[in-house]
Amino acid sequence: MPVIYILWLRELKRYVRSKAQIIASLGQPVLYLLVLGYGLSPVFRRSGAGSYLQFVAPGVISMTVLFSSMFSGIALLWDRQFGFLKETLIAPVPRVQIMIGRTCGAATTALLQGLLVAIVCVVAGFRPVNLAAVPAAIAFLALIATLFTALGTTIGSSLKDMQGFQMVMNFLVLPIFFLSGALFPLDNLPKVLALFTAIDPLSYGVDGLRAMLIAQTHFGTTLDLAVLAGLTAVVICAGAWRFSKIEV
Amino acid sequence: MIVVQNLTKKFGDLVAVDDISFEVAAGEIFAFLGPNGAGKTTTIKMLTTLTPATRGKVTIDGLDPARQQHEVRKRFGIVFQDPSLDQNLTAWENMEIHGVLYGVPRRLRRERIQTLLTAFELWNRRDDLVLKFSGGMRRRLEIARGLLHTPRILFLDEPTLGLDPQSRNQLWTHVKELNRVEQVTVFLTTHYMDEADRVASRIAVIDHGKIVASGSSAQLKQRTGKESLEEAFLALTGTAIRDESAGAADRMRQMARMWRR
Repeated sequence: MPVIYILWLRELKRYVRSKAQIIASLGQPVLYLLVLGYGLSPVFRRSGAGSYLQFVAPGVISMTVLFSSMFSGIALLWDRQFGFLKETLIAPVPRVQIMIGRTCGAATTALLQGLLVAIVCVVAGFRPVNLAAVPAAIAFLALIATLFTALGTTIGSSLKDMQGFQMVMNFLVLPIFFLSGALFPLDNLPKVLALFTAIDPLSYGVDGLRAMLIAQTHFGTTLDLAVLAGLTAVVICAGAWRFSKIEV
Repeated sequence: MIVVQNLTKKFGDLVAVDDISFEVAAGEIFAFLGPNGAGKTTTIKMLTTLTPATRGKVTIDGLDPARQQHEVRKRFGIVFQDPSLDQNLTAWENMEIHGVLYGVPRRLRRERIQTLLTAFELWNRRDDLVLKFSGGMRRRLEIARGLLHTPRILFLDEPTLGLDPQSRNQLWTHVKELNRVEQVTVFLTTHYMDEADRVASRIAVIDHGKIVASGSSAQLKQRTGKESLEEAFLALTGTAIRDESAGAADRMRQMARMWRR
């Protein structure tokens, strides 16, 4: 336990100290929120679907958590050659403890980043319809953070060098984001697109978050939760396995 | 302290380490020298539980690194060729995490951190982020950290790479002092022959995976009939330049230089 705790604390300290980075990584979500939120609002309203800002805010929050979790997972590649990871990998500690400590820490910071964007959303005019459901929304967000941090860890442990990094960003992270329904409603989509959105794990995260924050759901909260929780468990095991195979 | 018998490591058809045997006595400072790609780092990896041997036997303080991994890891400290500090943490925090990872009890941990940071002239800077440290200070901190759990052996893999002569000089002074005070056995690699000449009580030269000579610096000079260790080293290993193809780690090192991280 002390090992997991101190590695978690390490990630948190690093996050709090990187103020410039926190601000910089707010840029993209704010751009999506303001430009799309206000820009598409008239069209969205005309089609009778309500406020687009209300609709897109949970999507933008999820996006922040996705990017920040995946990034910290994949960053372990760098960390293991030039950073602190090597120091932890040669310590007389079971690898799985190190993986859990690191993943918990990175997921916590991704969650914090998501909450920060949530505050920006509220400032921009977003209002959750039911304040009592906000804790449940945060729980959903935590689940998203854990799932994608573990996924990032799995991938980061398997990559050999930084060239794979760009591939993962372009062919995995961006599709996960765009196919998740973060930006558009999942109802009445063309069949092929509907299929892709249904196999995208983030779809269930965004949908769950929307259910809690604006009381709209496509899959139903039970399915959202079941898919997310089940997948998170599987990916954590996969991550722990890949992590135990890292050669220093 | 370290006993190596007929150690061999193959990667496919490539024999990286070819049937080497040597011993390092307790309290000794032992330099392991060789050109790039000679098998130094692979040997260190086998000694430090990081990679299994293809054949042969290694004993670290009476234990087998392949089977008693965690026990062996508690008995050595290591400074890698590439930095392994967390730059966004303070010197103290880096030490503290190491202590927790190695299960050093809190009170002892605090005492050891103070002793070691003082010995390496870093105590006044303990609350500064490593980010603000010079290359020499970072290296000293890494060595101090490697000694925190009171290991019997300290592995130093090219610890002075990229440091100026002043920092190198200071670093070895500290290492020699700690070797005396803590009775820690030191196993080091370096490309600077003057360093090996100065600090090592015994030297082994490895080339193409085989140990081509071993003994004190004086013995090596005498055997080759040369004036300096550098000349003796060249006489033993030849003057041909070893052009390795760059591996993944080398490519990342190149990127790191580009981004000055």
